[in-house]
Amino acid sequence: MKLRTLGYFVRQAWYSMWRNAWLSLAAMASVAVSLFILGAFLLLAFNVENIARTLQSNVEIAVFLKVETPRQKAIATGEAIRKLPGVTAVDFIPKEEGLRILSQQLGNEHDLLGALGGVNPLPDLFRVRVSDPAEIQTLAAAIASLPEVEKVNYGQAVVERLLQVIRWLRWLGAGLILMLGLGALFLVILTIRLAIYSRRREISIMKYVGATDWFIRWPFLLEGLFLGLAGAGIAGFFLYAGYNFLVQQVRLALVFVPLVTDASLIQMSIWGLVAGGAFIGIAGTYFSMRRFLRV
Amino acid sequence: MIQFFNVSKIYSPNIIALDDVSIKIDKGEFVFLVGPSGAGKTTFIRLLLREELPSRGQILIGGRSISRLRPREIPFLRRNIGVVFQDFRLLPDRTVAENVAFALEVLEMPRREIKPRVEKALARVGLTARAHFFPHQLSGGEQQRAAIARAIVNNPHILVADEPTGNLDPAIAREIMNIFLEINRMGTTVIIATHAWNIVNSLRKRVIALERGRLVRDDREGVYGYEA
Repeated sequence: MKLRTLGYFVRQAWYSMWRNAWLSLAAMASVAVSLFILGAFLLLAFNVENIARTLQSNVEIAVFLKVETPRQKAIATGEAIRKLPGVTAVDFIPKEEGLRILSQQLGNEHDLLGALGGVNPLPDLFRVRVSDPAEIQTLAAAIASLPEVEKVNYGQAVVERLLQVIRWLRWLGAGLILMLGLGALFLVILTIRLAIYSRRREISIMKYVGATDWFIRWPFLLEGLFLGLAGAGIAGFFLYAGYNFLVQQVRLALVFVPLVTDASLIQMSIWGLVAGGAFIGIAGTYFSMRRFLRV
Repeated sequence: MIQFFNVSKIYSPNIIALDDVSIKIDKGEFVFLVGPSGAGKTTFIRLLLREELPSRGQILIGGRSISRLRPREIPFLRRNIGVVFQDFRLLPDRTVAENVAFALEVLEMPRREIKPRVEKALARVGLTARAHFFPHQLSGGEQQRAAIARAIVNNPHILVADEPTGNLDPAIAREIMNIFLEINRMGTTVIIATHAWNIVNSLRKRVIALERGRLVRDDREGVYGYEA
C-alpha cells in the first residue's frame, strides 16, 4: 500500500466519522463503558487474587499441644514436626512465653498470673511455616495426628472463601462484559453501516471504475478501528485515574489491604482494553461490511 | 472481442431476463442494443461488467471467460470497461475535474499522471471550460459529458452506456452520440443500450435487438425497428 493511499484512507475514515458525529460518539462511549467495566473487573480480580495470595503465603499452622504435655515430649514433638517434608521453620513458644505475650497484650500493670491463681492455663505452641501453601492441608492433617497435639489451626478457610469470591467475580464480570460488549459491537455496526450508506454513490462508482475490494474496505476498517481505540483510550484514562485515586484512598484508610500497585499489571490491563477496543471496532466493521458492502 | 455463448439469466423464481443469447462483438465495433423496456438490455450490461453471473452459458472478453474470474480479479476486468449511465452518477460534492480524477485516484495512480489524463479526457468530450464547475452548475448534457470523460479517462478497450441519452432532449442526445462515435473512431469498442430510435435509424450502425430476453435481430447496418 502506498503512503499516499494510506493518507487517503485515513482522511476518508476521519471525514466519515464526522459526518455521523453523534452516532460515532455514541459508539465510542459505548465501547468506553464496556471496556471500563472490563478493566474494573480485571483489576478487582487481580486484587482479590493478590490478597488471597498474600494471605496464603503468610499462612502458618498453629499447633497447640495438650496442656499437660511435659516439656521433654513437647520438644520431641517439635523435632518430629521439623522432620516432616515441606516444613521450613518451626518456632517453639512455650506456655510461659505465651502467657508473657498475653499479659503484654492486656497491659503490663495487669497481674495476669496472679489473677489466674498461679496456674498457667495455656498450652505449649508451635508456629509452623511451610514451603508450599497448597500443601498446607495435608501437612496440617499429618501434624494433627501426632499424639501430643491437641489441635491445629490455619487460615485455609479465609483463603478458600476468597478463592470462591474470585470465581464469582469472574462469572459476574464475564456476563456483564459480554452484554455491554455486544451493545458496543451493535453500535459500531450501526455507525459503520450508516457510513457505508452515506457513501454508497462513491462506493458504486469505485466498483464500476475498478477499485479493488480492499481499497473500498480500508477506510471503513480504519473508522471502526478508530472508534474502538478511542473508546479504549477513554476507558483506559478513567480506569488509570480512578484506580490511582482508589489506591491512594485505601493506603490512607485501610492500610492492611494489599492493593496491587505493580505498574506492569495495570499496564497489562490497559493493553487488554486497547486490544478489546480494536477487536470490537474491527469485528463491528467486519459484520457491517459483510452485509452492506458486497463488492 | 466480446462473445456470448448461449447465455441465459434467470432471476428467481422464474423471471427470464436473458434467454439463450449468443453474440459476437469485435474489437472496435459500435453497437446499439435496442428493445422495449424489460427486454434484457440492462441485464446484458450487468453480465458484461460481471456484476452478475449468467445462469447458463459463457461470456468471453478477449478470449477469457469472465465467469471464471476470481473475485479479486473482477476490478481489473472493470478497469478495461468504461460505463456511462442514464443518471450520470457524478459525485455532487466534487468538481467535474475531481469527478474524472476520482476514477484514477481509486486505482492508486500517481497524481502527476492523473492531471494530464483528466485534461485530455475533458478535452475529448469538450468540457475543458467547465472543469472546475460542480455538477449542479451544469446542464444535463454537460453532466453526461463529464460522466463520459470519467468512463474513458483510464483508456478502456470497451465503453458501455445504458440509456445515456434517456434524460436529454433530442438535440443534446445527438451531441452525446457524436462523442461516442468519436471515441469509437479512436478504436474503443462502444456498446449503447438505447431507446433513441431516431438516432439509431440515422446512424446505420450494428443493431442488436432483444425482446423478452431473446435475441430477435442482429443487423449490420440496422434500424431501430420499434416504435419507441
